[in-house]
Amino acid sequence: MNTLLEVSGVSVHFDGFKAINNLSIQIGEVELRAIIGPNGAGKTTFMDIVTGNTKPDEGYVIWGKKSSSLLDMNESQIAQAGIGRKFQKPTVFDEQTVRENITMALKNPRSPFDLLFNRAAPDTEDRVRAVSDDIGLTDALDQLSGALSHGQKHWLEIGMLLAQDPRLLLVDEPAAGMSATEREQTTDILVRAAKTRAVVVVEHDMEFVRRLNCKVTVLHQGSVLAEGSLDHVTKNQDVIDVYLGR
Amino acid sequence: MERTFIAKNPSVLWFLLGLSVFTVLVTIFSEAAGSSIVSTSFLKTLGKTLCLCLVAIAMDVVWGYCGILSLGHFAFFGIGGYAIGMWLMYDRTKDIVIGSLENNILPPTPDEVTNAIGTQIFGVVGSSEFPLIWAFSHSLTLQLFAVILVPGVLALVFGWLAFRSRVTGVYLSILTQAMTLALSLYLFQNDTGLRGNNGLSGLQNIPGLEAVSQATLSLWFFWASAFALGAGYVFFAWMLAGKFGSVIRAIRDNETRVRFLGYHVESYKLFIFTTTAMIAGIAGALYYPQAGIINPAEIAPIASIYLAVWVAIGGRGRLYGAVIGAVFVSLMSSWFTGGSAPDINLGLYLFKWTDWWLVLLGLTFVGVTLFFPKGIGGLFDLISNYREKQQ
Repeated sequence: MNTLLEVSGVSVHFDGFKAINNLSIQIGEVELRAIIGPNGAGKTTFMDIVTGNTKPDEGYVIWGKKSSSLLDMNESQIAQAGIGRKFQKPTVFDEQTVRENITMALKNPRSPFDLLFNRAAPDTEDRVRAVSDDIGLTDALDQLSGALSHGQKHWLEIGMLLAQDPRLLLVDEPAAGMSATEREQTTDILVRAAKTRAVVVVEHDMEFVRRLNCKVTVLHQGSVLAEGSLDHVTKNQDVIDVYLGR
Repeated sequence: MERTFIAKNPSVLWFLLGLSVFTVLVTIFSEAAGSSIVSTSFLKTLGKTLCLCLVAIAMDVVWGYCGILSLGHFAFFGIGGYAIGMWLMYDRTKDIVIGSLENNILPPTPDEVTNAIGTQIFGVVGSSEFPLIWAFSHSLTLQLFAVILVPGVLALVFGWLAFRSRVTGVYLSILTQAMTLALSLYLFQNDTGLRGNNGLSGLQNIPGLEAVSQATLSLWFFWASAFALGAGYVFFAWMLAGKFGSVIRAIRDNETRVRFLGYHVESYKLFIFTTTAMIAGIAGALYYPQAGIINPAEIAPIASIYLAVWVAIGGRGRLYGAVIGAVFVSLMSSWFTGGSAPDINLGLYLFKWTDWWLVLLGLTFVGVTLFFPKGIGGLFDLISNYREKQQ
């Protein structure tokens, strides 16, 4: 398996507090990965580093076949290189329809003149359909996205990320505040997405992670405590001590 | 998709229909057509109002759609007026000067003519030299370019500096306000070369058309204004339909998120700011020949604030809302301040509308902002909601 993202020996200090301590994680090109850990384990800081929000004090973050360093790029360059991030709180454009939201996100030229004069490539409708089918919102395409339920907004946002066709999708606590059925659908969306790209899910909820049925990385105090299948890590004595046992 | 932008925004057809009917009616009842119902001065007021509608929809696009509360768009309007005014004044003065020098025994040299024109135009500010700023005033074509390009370039440079530094919200409003104030103070100076506080006058006399009566001329300008408003409405409706409009409205609602989608937000804002400034310039170039005079007071910050008030009262984020606001408020304003509204005798106090109109307008603005954020245009939503419920 080829490595898409390699984080090695990264450390970050916030006012003397080590948020990330010599962290090393590798993500493959096509992979679904769950990252779990107690509060303050460094899950969100890890995502911040990868997306360029936070610059580490030490270590390397290497991206893609060309092995370029993400530390030399700014946020929008990283986004254009193919890393999409979904935040905890869903942010979609409430005043616009689901279709408009997805269309905006589709991978297309993005300058004002492109949008004005090369209107709607002929395959736009198909591509919007493909995304909306994926996230189960095809029936809601012409609805204002402000009228969607909380769970649907999450899906729409995931859909907008998929429409950008990223190679790596970072998803922060997708199941927060969702009902049981909504969680199931979210799992399906993520599992499907991970068939053609890398998807990294940060999650608290063990049941949700179990359903993802993927490799799990346990973080604790800013470094990797254990890695492997969920059954494997839950049997690990260290993990039981710091996380599950409490 | 281009085929369907009118289908997406049916207000375009209704608007064009309404505008055409209005234009035809006004034409039939104008003095030029032999009627006396619409006097020439009222015809000019109507033509000017159409120009104000055009600058109002430009303001609506920049504020209501893109979320940039510019308090400087009336400055672009004024620049357009100055640009056309320079040619009007130069060319007309030239005709007069040549006419008066004809009786001389020796034919006048070109220098004499230029000096005489300069003395005529700049005598009021104690000068006879042509300032550099008038270099193109002899050419209608070049001044017409200036009507579009000067506001455009000013907006481009100003916008580039402001948006690049990610100045947003109220800070940007203050900055545009400062630009407007600076421009107005600059024009007040005699040294600027635009006749200081006298401004440019006699603009209602169009060189080469002396034989045409003001009644007819006013009708022509009214037609031109109506055409410009219609074209501007269609242009903006076309621009805002589809994905471009989506992105613009998304920038208004959540700029950061749009950036995160990979759009270069600053380019979009700059595009909108510049385009609307150019349209405002065109509106100004049509307005001031009907007004007859332009002076720096026209560009004062208060004018740009009025523009925002019109759009807010009419209804932000819908083009016809801006038109309604501009028509409603500017006509009310000229009715109340023109002394036509009857004073109310309260016994102890004589309530004069001329004094109280601004207070009334201010209260209306506050009331609309607080209780009817959709403005007058929001009433149309009530109607369509009601229809949906009926079905």
